[in-house]
Amino acid sequence: MDDALVIAGKRFGSRLLIGTGKYPSHEVMKRCHEASGAEIVTVAVRRLDLSAKGEASLLHWIDTSRMTLLPNTALCYTAEDAVRTCRLAAELGMSKWVKLEVLGDERTLFPDVEQTVAAARILVKEGFTVLPYTSDDPITARKLEDAGCAAVMPLAAPIGSGLGIRNPHNIRLIREVVKVPVIVDAGVGTASDVAIAMELGCDGVLLNTAVAGAKDPVRMAHAMKLAIEAGRSAFLAGRIPRKAYGSASSPLEGLVD
Amino acid sequence: MRLTVNGEPREVADGLTVAALVAQLGVRGRVAVELNGEVLRQAQHPEVALREGDTLEVVTFVGGGV
Repeated sequence: MDDALVIAGKRFGSRLLIGTGKYPSHEVMKRCHEASGAEIVTVAVRRLDLSAKGEASLLHWIDTSRMTLLPNTALCYTAEDAVRTCRLAAELGMSKWVKLEVLGDERTLFPDVEQTVAAARILVKEGFTVLPYTSDDPITARKLEDAGCAAVMPLAAPIGSGLGIRNPHNIRLIREVVKVPVIVDAGVGTASDVAIAMELGCDGVLLNTAVAGAKDPVRMAHAMKLAIEAGRSAFLAGRIPRKAYGSASSPLEGLVD
Repeated sequence: MRLTVNGEPREVADGLTVAALVAQLGVRGRVAVELNGEVLRQAQHPEVALREGDTLEVVTFVGGGV
């Protein structure tokens, strides 16, 4: 059964996108990536540490033959900074795929959607394939789609909070109003959160801390893979309607006296 | 001549190219370079000679996620 995730015409065998931050070690990260089945990994762009001469680069630990790199603009607070980071990322990664993230507040790490839309417009014009992190607001999602983004990535909850999907109704509305893939990005705490996102009809989930910060990160990465598959299958299978009262699944006739 | 690399002052030989500077930094793997606010293409690294007072940002990929 072909159920690939297609973003900007590119097919991916997994609906899980995974990060490269906060793992106990590069070795553990590599094993998590393998266990997760993810084919898209996010990376950050930062100043080269001039004191760490000769240290093996992050890319040494990423199987780029199997994984698509998705550089992010994490911790940019203005459209200008985000665009600048994307231009640098394009030179680094030899690709113009970016995860656009423009934050508005240091405490909640919520996105500044106005700056995000502004940056998206510039980047699309420059030929970037833009996957923007955004709020769970359907109106903003539509603006990002109109700006030419290849997907929209609403948050489940604040970045790194592990609170799970705070507003499933909005996530479902976003899925209804845009045609591009909807990828839940940020706030996932555990496997059931991923399954819920997929059951809502989302096209994918992007997560990092839920795996990297788990007691057994590799096992959690595997759990996330299963949750993606279970949730997606449940969505495609079509769940039963919710009912207020009981409804027996055994026949009422033929009961022994 | 004096440059500013990633916010730190650095003394280098006159006429050094960007590629030669990157080599001096002992980088393993790929970097991107911004020179006085303009992102350079990789192909420009061996061609562009640095000048007194230039400001450079040398960046790479690091772990990060959401």
